[in-house]
Amino acid sequence: MNKLSLIGLLSLVIRRDLVLAMRRRADVLTTLIFFVIVVSLFPLGVGPEMDMLRKMAPGVVWVAALLASMLSLGRMFSADYLDGTLEQMMLVPQSLSALVLAKILAHWMVSGLPLVIMAPVLGLQFDMSAQALWVLIAALLLGTPILSMIGAVGAALTLGLRGGGALVSLLVLPLCIPVLIFGAGAVEAVVSGTSAGSHLALLGALLLVALVFTPWVTALALRISME
Amino acid sequence: MLEVSNLACSRGDHLLFSDLNFSLSAGELLQVQGANGSGKTSLLRTLCGFMMPVAGEICWRGQNIRELGNTFYAEMIYLGHLNAIKDELNALENLRISAGLAGCKVDDKQVIAALRRMGLRGRETLPVKVLSQGQRRRVALARLLLSNASLWILDEPLTALDVGAVGLMQELIGEHLLSNGMVIYTTHQPLEVVGVATRWLALS
Repeated sequence: MNKLSLIGLLSLVIRRDLVLAMRRRADVLTTLIFFVIVVSLFPLGVGPEMDMLRKMAPGVVWVAALLASMLSLGRMFSADYLDGTLEQMMLVPQSLSALVLAKILAHWMVSGLPLVIMAPVLGLQFDMSAQALWVLIAALLLGTPILSMIGAVGAALTLGLRGGGALVSLLVLPLCIPVLIFGAGAVEAVVSGTSAGSHLALLGALLLVALVFTPWVTALALRISME
Repeated sequence: MLEVSNLACSRGDHLLFSDLNFSLSAGELLQVQGANGSGKTSLLRTLCGFMMPVAGEICWRGQNIRELGNTFYAEMIYLGHLNAIKDELNALENLRISAGLAGCKVDDKQVIAALRRMGLRGRETLPVKVLSQGQRRRVALARLLLSNASLWILDEPLTALDVGAVGLMQELIGEHLLSNGMVIYTTHQPLEVVGVATRWLALS
């Protein structure tokens, strides 16, 4: 009897998706450049008033991260769906939820992690303090995986639908509001002199809940989409 | 081994077939026949568990495949209309990944040997996107050589293949049946396997 270990499956799928992303670098760069441009437009559009920029910085960075993560959602399953590899993944003699989790992690490494790394550089445009930047990184580190996870559910539900790209944003964006509130809230709390601990703790809790439920829900949605 | 009883399938509101009964035991070859739209692909996809049957049940070694789940998947391989290979990867990488996902431990030597057998000598490390349609199909078929699944479910395995490759497919199916395998397939081309009586299943 063939059986792949859970860890083996996770590492195989993550490695596969990372190699595929490296062969299609343009897709990865599009998300990142979109993020950079959207964030950079604000100081240009609003004008160089330091107080105002500092105040709006966390919100702008978070909204841009949210929109950028929507851009890459369509690709999460659709390429695999179109060339038949998703069918084969359903026949893998291992838990489909684990496989989905691996795909979500790979998606985050490719489209979420670059945003986290880039954010402090962009924060400088808004004259954010060093402390605020650190909290921004921590919040993004906790929050962007949640975006990938919620997005995976939406991407799986809209798989194979025409105009799925716009629809997935409409489905997923409202669900990401808590992440936006606590993510931006953490930075604002530090700026106004209180502790960011509670916001980060709530983000961490959201991350855990998403980690438990979304792979399972996504796997169910994929099965429905394959019918 | 594989028993299908009173199976009924529908696509949307349209009932494709009902009261379908057949069984397949070790060393047997079953060809599903029927006009376009008669439900051949739907039957095979139902056997794989992608689609829920409207009625009836599918049993593998006496147990319903829904209950068996991964135990069943470990013993079958499905080859659909789509090749399930990635254009960005080369043939070697594609096969290494698909064999890995199926849980088969293969080394590069075995993969290269499988590709050479499928007539892809010298194409092992080319990106699949530069290969022709028939060559891609050969890469997909090479998965059969690397798997040790006993049930092969093949949906139109001969599309895009030339005469030589069709002959090779007949050879592969023959070898698989000799080692007590089972094959269920659909095709519109004649496929004759030496020494094995093909059983027919007609859908109307």
